[in-house]
Amino acid sequence: MPSIEMRGITKRFSNVVANDEVTFCVSQGEIHSLLGENGAGKSTLMKVLFGLYKQDEGEIIIDGRRVDIRSPRDAYHLGIGMVHQHFMLVNNMSVLENIILGNEQGNVVIDKQKNREIVQRLSALYNFEVDLDAKISSLSVGMKQRVEILKTLYRGAEMIIFDEPTAVLTPLESSQLLAMLTDMKKQGKTIVFITHKLGETMAVSDKVTVLRGGKLVGTLDTASTTPEELARLMVGREITFDIDKKTKQTGEVVLSVQGVKLMPNSQSTCSFDIRAGEVFGVAGVDGNGQQELEEVVMGLTGCKTGRILLNGKEISSMSVAARRKLKIGYIPSDRFKQAILPRYNLTDNYLLGNQFSDDFVKRGIVSHKFLKKRAGEQMKGFDVRFADDGQSMNSLSGGNQQKFVLSREVGKNPALIVACQPVRGLDINAIQFVRNTLLELRERNKAILLISAELSDLFQLSDRIGVLYKGDLMAVRPAEQYTNESISLLMAGREAGDADETDR
Amino acid sequence: MENLSHILSADMLFMTLRLAIPIGLAAIGGTICERSGIVNLGLEGMMLMGAFGGVLGSHITGNPWLGIVFAVFIAGAMGLIHAVLCIHYRTSQTVSGVGINILAGGLTVVLTRAVWQVDGRSGAVERIPTVTIPGLSDIPALGALFTGQSPYVYLTVAIAVAAWFVFYKTKVGLRLRAIGDHPQAAAAAGVNVKRYRYAAVITSGMLCGLAGAYLSIVHSNMFINDMVAGRGFMALAANIFGGWNPIGSILASIVFAFAQAMRITLALDIPDQFIQMFPYILTLLVLIAAGRKARGPEALGRMED
Repeated sequence: MPSIEMRGITKRFSNVVANDEVTFCVSQGEIHSLLGENGAGKSTLMKVLFGLYKQDEGEIIIDGRRVDIRSPRDAYHLGIGMVHQHFMLVNNMSVLENIILGNEQGNVVIDKQKNREIVQRLSALYNFEVDLDAKISSLSVGMKQRVEILKTLYRGAEMIIFDEPTAVLTPLESSQLLAMLTDMKKQGKTIVFITHKLGETMAVSDKVTVLRGGKLVGTLDTASTTPEELARLMVGREITFDIDKKTKQTGEVVLSVQGVKLMPNSQSTCSFDIRAGEVFGVAGVDGNGQQELEEVVMGLTGCKTGRILLNGKEISSMSVAARRKLKIGYIPSDRFKQAILPRYNLTDNYLLGNQFSDDFVKRGIVSHKFLKKRAGEQMKGFDVRFADDGQSMNSLSGGNQQKFVLSREVGKNPALIVACQPVRGLDINAIQFVRNTLLELRERNKAILLISAELSDLFQLSDRIGVLYKGDLMAVRPAEQYTNESISLLMAGREAGDADETDR
Repeated sequence: MENLSHILSADMLFMTLRLAIPIGLAAIGGTICERSGIVNLGLEGMMLMGAFGGVLGSHITGNPWLGIVFAVFIAGAMGLIHAVLCIHYRTSQTVSGVGINILAGGLTVVLTRAVWQVDGRSGAVERIPTVTIPGLSDIPALGALFTGQSPYVYLTVAIAVAAWFVFYKTKVGLRLRAIGDHPQAAAAAGVNVKRYRYAAVITSGMLCGLAGAYLSIVHSNMFINDMVAGRGFMALAANIFGGWNPIGSILASIVFAFAQAMRITLALDIPDQFIQMFPYILTLLVLIAAGRKARGPEALGRMED
């Protein structure tokens, strides 16, 4: 007997149908994964259930009774809670204050003691180990998520919806979260989690519902399916995870980084060359100098020690603008801060970084006609899905935003592409697109610096890989000479040989 | 030397207290409003309407206490205008606040002329009497604080303490602070953000009305054009300097009031204009110093959902 049934839910936004007669059933006490690509309508469906959106058609039945959910408040009354992807936490307040907000114990004056006891009991029950007096701003992302979970539990949620919960977590935090979900299931809670990651779906869920393009594809028992089948259902065609990388001759050295110090507190320096037609991958655990490398190559931070050469010309002390004029394409790791202006329209965003070009700007005046034409062509060429080039950048999905950034940066016909975490937060289709684009650029004899946390990307795309550890580029070898184990050791700061010595 | 001893005298202390009252009340109003995430540049205009309202009420009814009721009501209505513009119509909060100031400046001139048929000032009206609290006034040294003071002194202290209590001890306060920092989080927690914001902006106007009435029917007995003379902006500065906290706002107001008292009493051998500038320059300097690390409500002035 399903405890929650959503029948024939249709939700439209002006001209887009986000959910098209979707039926979704969740039984008491199960972990149910809601799988689909970005824009498949997963979040919309769950926002309908949580009362943030009102469905245009369809009904919601809880425990056999038809219900009308108009607001999150109604949802909580029915025992439904939600952990949002973008946390709904007040940074300046304590953990306790955030948890009780809106549902404080006490009549007018807040009964701090009573609140604290209730929250402590809940926190202990699930082994959350959260300091209730800590300010939210001092917490790690994983901890913030626990606070969000506590918030829903405090409000008596029996069923908790998680919106892409692992998107913001480190691998360790992710596995802790998945363990927590299993614990919560044992306590009798029902969990729905929205994701596009197949691994975690297979790992913890009992059932999977797949959505594609706003429509229901099907609901399956996790035990009786495979990642391959799910991927096919999700994308709507067979997808291969393998990539076709041709061997090819490399050309002249394009980028040469010589003895550049990345971390101020470390003596280590970093040196490497990238040739035309070569993808140079940089591996490493986040925070070992990747960000610094990206910034120093682009000129966002100064280069105090060492030199950087582009096509044999020293660029170490050049401004960002001067480097851009030398044709460097840049895909920043922080898309929102450095690649796009979220509130500006697509055409205006296309001008970013092109303002130096005489094609786009003539005697200081922007040539809007050319800009519009060029932006339109490039966006179509890169399969950016948009309705109108006047729409704002933040109305595009993450995948489309990244395609847009690619279209703009590649459109500059750069000699060097600096691609930093280019697939972070993207769905399978967009990831494939980014990978293929990078390989195509390699075919076209561009030099590519690929800084990525995804080992599979590095292995499949790179010709050579260097491993960063505390600002030190430890080893530079052809990609095929690494194994998962040997690269992991290097990422932890140890050579493969070291391990043998300690064994002896 | 004579000047120095003068600065530390009891007279100076009382003058500072009296001057701090209107700034402090308006500053608490600003704090309440801005904690809900709405910028209030209209404190000045709301005070001006309050000052006019106080005189008008006292003139019509002959009762200065009813003058205060008028002032609170009229300035509260100005708050409502700001609230409707900012919350319902999502007007730029800066534009709305400046608009309120311009509206108040013009409206009071026109209305003064309409009621009293003279330009620049109203006729004299009844003012709020001072009080002496029996018993407390007999305490040695401290007795002066309870002798012949305006009831506004006690009212202001009570409002500051009450505002602090509401902010940090009650449900309403927690929710209001949450709204200013992260309205979406408050909304997701089931708080009616709009209702709280309306209440906060209107309350802010009412406190400005109270402050304005003090200038016109307590400190004086008539309305004079532009009699608020920048105190609304000082109040806004006091709110920032005070860290968007009611008690901090009052303390900051006392600092600004002290500067004003110096302006009035100080007799230095420098051109008077410079002494007149002193409180304003001090406000500016304090803002530059405090404003750098001032951390106001995180979502202050942002209305997107």
